[in-house]
Amino acid sequence: MCLAVPLKVRKKEGDMAEVGLKGLRQQVSVALTPEVKEGDWVLVHAGFAIQRLEENDALETLSLLEELNEAGN
Amino acid sequence: MRPGTDAAQLVARVEKLARRLPAGKTVHIMEVCGTHTHAIGKSGLRQLLPGNIRLISGPGCPVCVTHDREIAAYLDLAERDNVVIATFGDLLRVPGVRGSLAEARSRGAAVKVVYSPLEALQLAEQYWDREIVFLAVGFETTAPTVGMTVKKAKEKGLGNFSVLSMHKLVPPVLEALLLDDQVRLDGFILPGHVCTITGVVPFQFLPRRFEKGGVITGFEPCDILQAVAMLLAQIIEGRPAVEIQYRPGVRPEGNPLARQVMQEVFVPQEARWRGLGQIAASGLALREQFRAYDAAFRFSLREPAGPVLEKKPGCSCGDILKGIRIPPQCPLFKTACTPANPAGPCMVSSEGTCAAYYRYEQYRGG
Ligand code: SF4
Repeated sequence: MCLAVPLKVRKKEGDMAEVGLKGLRQQVSVALTPEVKEGDWVLVHAGFAIQRLEENDALETLSLLEELNEAGN
Repeated sequence: MRPGTDAAQLVARVEKLARRLPAGKTVHIMEVCGTHTHAIGKSGLRQLLPGNIRLISGPGCPVCVTHDREIAAYLDLAERDNVVIATFGDLLRVPGVRGSLAEARSRGAAVKVVYSPLEALQLAEQYWDREIVFLAVGFETTAPTVGMTVKKAKEKGLGNFSVLSMHKLVPPVLEALLLDDQVRLDGFILPGHVCTITGVVPFQFLPRRFEKGGVITGFEPCDILQAVAMLLAQIIEGRPAVEIQYRPGVRPEGNPLARQVMQEVFVPQEARWRGLGQIAASGLALREQFRAYDAAFRFSLREPAGPVLEKKPGCSCGDILKGIRIPPQCPLFKTACTPANPAGPCMVSSEGTCAAYYRYEQYRGG
């Protein structure tokens, strides 16, 4: 239940942002991470960005996740 | 896999460290978080580790620790006219003594599954003539998102939105476990995303008061192996500490703004945990200035008089959540209790220890 996923901020408007990976897009609140900018990576939990990530770290986590998913399928 | 962190190498490192432990010593490490329990089950890590290292599952699945009294309270709300329950899907099938939300829904109760508390807020705007009650479960990871949603509801002046707060806090339950004589633990794999919010400070009591280490850990099998190695090194060198393995997701200071929101909206209060009983300041209640959004206040929910049946007869979830029994030791496991027909919450949530054992660990002898 405490799962959070790294996603990239595509557009920011006020305290909402469009985040997504590849074709998938999602609206989340950035009210808990007001410092995020377009292009940043964030950890998303329950419709909120709860942490801004350093891009390389997020990418690394992501590619690992993808590898694991592939291995699991 | 990244070079140098590859699972086989990490296992070899853990084995090497394990050989340095005193003869006859078994190290008990609790993985607190349900997401870790799930990842450990799925990757078969428990069986990869040397025999003198045991991973014990802890009380870190919010749905599993939700108390029967809390379940009774929200089922009562679900049955009221005009109330629409908005809930994370995890809670839907949790069996209370009087049934589950899913059963209430099939009898006509209005229950909507949401992914975010903000969606519940949208429901309140959409159905302005109904009472929308959001069932707020979750640890420090989730509480700030609910706090922010309550603040938004107040800003918008919504009169038909409220929250039933069943939030729980991780540090107090770890303290309670360490004070329990039945529980024997040498260190903790701490929940990564809880610490994204809290940072390291609320866990410093582990080394300072109890001389136990804790490693804040990410959710991949390699992260968990690395955390085990870090804990073993602490134990061997006799320097218990709180360390961060999960670098990308956790800063030492956590997310101060998220904590500020949590403190503005909630106040710590005593909470009941399944299997663990009442623990001081381990839950969150809405503060007085947010009373209008507090479902317990709004609907005058009272503690039911007299004893409440605490669990289904025979379900050992309580002992499982404390890590003093494993699922195969429950008489109902795999017989009267399966994921399709769960007798206790530890079997319902995919993060529950019983569900993880059922899916992944059954052929390996636990
Ligand atoms: S196997 Fe089922 S009945 Fe037994 S402890 Fe787990 S959830 Fe409870």
